[in-house]
Amino acid sequence: MVLFEQVVKRFGSNIVLDHLDFSVAQGERVTLIGPSGSGKTTILRLLMTLEKVNGGVVYVEGQPLSHMKRGSQLVPANERYLRTVRKKIGMVFQQFNLFPNMKVLDNVTEAPIHVLGLSKEEAVDRAKQLLDLVGLGDRINQHPTSLSGGQQQRVAIARALAMQPDVLLLDEVTSALDPELVADVLNVLRDIAQSTTITMLIVTHEMQFARDVSNRILMFDKGRIVEEGQPDKIFSNPEHERTQTFLRAVLEER
Amino acid sequence: MGTFLTQLGDSAGNIGAAILVTVEATVLGAILALVLAFILGLLARSRFLVVRGIARTIIEFFRGTSLYVQLFWLYFALPVLGFQISSALLCAVIAFGLNFGAYGAEVVRGAINAVPKAQWEGAVALNMTGFQRMRLVILPQAWIGMIPPFNNLLIQLLKSTPLLSLITVADLTFEGQQLRAATGQTALSYLFLLVVYFILAYIFTLLMNALESVAKARLGRGGGLRGLFRLREADPTGRSAGAGAGGGA
Amino acid sequence: MNTSIWDWTVVEDVIPLLLKGFAVTLLATVVGSVIAILLGLLLAMARRAPTRLVRVPVRAFVEFVRSTPLLVQLFTVYVLLPSLSPFVIGASVLGIHYATYMSEVYRAGIDGVPKGQWEAATALSMPRGRTWQAVILPQAVRNVLPALGNYIISMFKDTPFLAVITVHEMVFQAQEYGSDHFRYLEVFTLAAAIFLIASYPTSLLVRRLEKRLGH
Repeated sequence: MVLFEQVVKRFGSNIVLDHLDFSVAQGERVTLIGPSGSGKTTILRLLMTLEKVNGGVVYVEGQPLSHMKRGSQLVPANERYLRTVRKKIGMVFQQFNLFPNMKVLDNVTEAPIHVLGLSKEEAVDRAKQLLDLVGLGDRINQHPTSLSGGQQQRVAIARALAMQPDVLLLDEVTSALDPELVADVLNVLRDIAQSTTITMLIVTHEMQFARDVSNRILMFDKGRIVEEGQPDKIFSNPEHERTQTFLRAVLEER
Repeated sequence: MGTFLTQLGDSAGNIGAAILVTVEATVLGAILALVLAFILGLLARSRFLVVRGIARTIIEFFRGTSLYVQLFWLYFALPVLGFQISSALLCAVIAFGLNFGAYGAEVVRGAINAVPKAQWEGAVALNMTGFQRMRLVILPQAWIGMIPPFNNLLIQLLKSTPLLSLITVADLTFEGQQLRAATGQTALSYLFLLVVYFILAYIFTLLMNALESVAKARLGRGGGLRGLFRLREADPTGRSAGAGAGGGA
Repeated sequence: MNTSIWDWTVVEDVIPLLLKGFAVTLLATVVGSVIAILLGLLLAMARRAPTRLVRVPVRAFVEFVRSTPLLVQLFTVYVLLPSLSPFVIGASVLGIHYATYMSEVYRAGIDGVPKGQWEAATALSMPRGRTWQAVILPQAVRNVLPALGNYIISMFKDTPFLAVITVHEMVFQAQEYGSDHFRYLEVFTLAAAIFLIASYPTSLLVRRLEKRLGH
């Protein structure tokens, strides 16, 4: 489903991803953990085409995402090509990034109508179902700014799902929330993980949540994967020394 | 083109003198405006309603009526009341000073209001008098924030000086029109005129940037000389708001 | 001829003329504003164009126009394009002059829209045009409405400059009446009063808008 092949990403002289190889299968839910600056968020941003690779190729469903085919060669993707391939991917951001000039419902219907070409009725139906799913069916006519952070993030989840992406990226979706609002958001995501087969890539510091929803954990350090495995194994019995110190630090914080 | 350059060479003396007139009007107008801006800006923060009311009325009056009308009023209407200002240039300087002083007052007020409350409280804690607070603590911090909006006003003032040519003063615009009459080269004459104004505006901006750098260095916030050659900053509040809305700085 | 300093018959005489001129003043302000609001936005967006070939000349144009006097610009266009009517020239030059100011305002507004808004639009695969139209501009323009309002008031107060190219706006009428009858005190005092009456309440409205938008 998702394949990173020798991917390199630099910001200036700072190498964030260092010849990274990994893949995620269809329907798999993978959580990326590791210290900040280890390149986890960059992976999501590359997949969302918010950043460009400096080397290597990213594939989604066997199709190159960072590049496009010209004849038999791969050349860096142009904007037009990106517009077609990035529809397969949806993303929920740390800061929600709802459109404050639109009502909740319009946030969710905007892209289905203007990108997927759905009729207004279809888009509204779909949006209402999704907003019910995230528990905000009664807020469709409010403006995002009148909602709490947790509610805004749930709208953002509905907005991403309305595009029916094959891959959903969750970038520290609870980090900007007050502690008491975290649970609602995570419960919604647990529901979605259980009731759908959508592929998920998750960056989070909520280890219990990672354990509950993931099939696999990838531990990152300095742009490389230092350890990977099933949640039970990684959390109960980590092998790599970096993983042990990282998990100890995270769990002590709680 | 050839005759234009010859003529330009011949009138170099006149044009030089005219540039001096324009610069003189700008600088004198700016000085008067600066003084009025501080007086009105500080009075507009007075504790006394009457003082505040008078200051505000003056500010709103000169902001609310057009500079053009103010100048013509001083030049044509004031003599009817028995006050003849001795020269047209002085008349213009007074009009510039009053008009831009009113805009400047809003800049002063806005910049003072932008000084953090803790600074006021600190000054009170040191048992300073109101005057000391203003002179020793608040103004030294506030005036840096006034420089960019003042720069905008200064350029506005420079751009208003062609009004001089309408009341018989031989300023740059006046000489430009003489040049046009002498050469018959309309496009070149006016283009030349616009370029000279642009250069003057740029020189004023450089000077204000230098002033800002010095002021910042003194406060230890130095951006150094890097910002020296940049152009004017945008004035997102619009001229009539000055820095009153706190955005001009 | 009446010799008193202030003559009310002059006032009665001149007010209809001034109001006639005032209609031209308002029309020039409206036409100029429309040009400034639209062209200003265009200039601001051009300064975000992907190529320097667009950005650099647009920036030079904006800097040049906003650093040189409106009065000289008016003269220049007036003598270069003698076939156009003074009103058309006056309102257009006024509009273009203020468009350069407004473009800076829009630019600040556009830069003020958080980067996350662009990213969210990308994440939803929204095309660039739709992103501008539905996401960026509504937020950017809302934030700069008071500043645009202030510039429109400034434009209004700069309309007397149009008198120098014989546009029959209010101050032109005042000057003409003044020199014909040699009564300057009444005409310029009235002109000032009309400006104040029109611009002060408008600026109060803009300030209220400013407060409401939380500036």
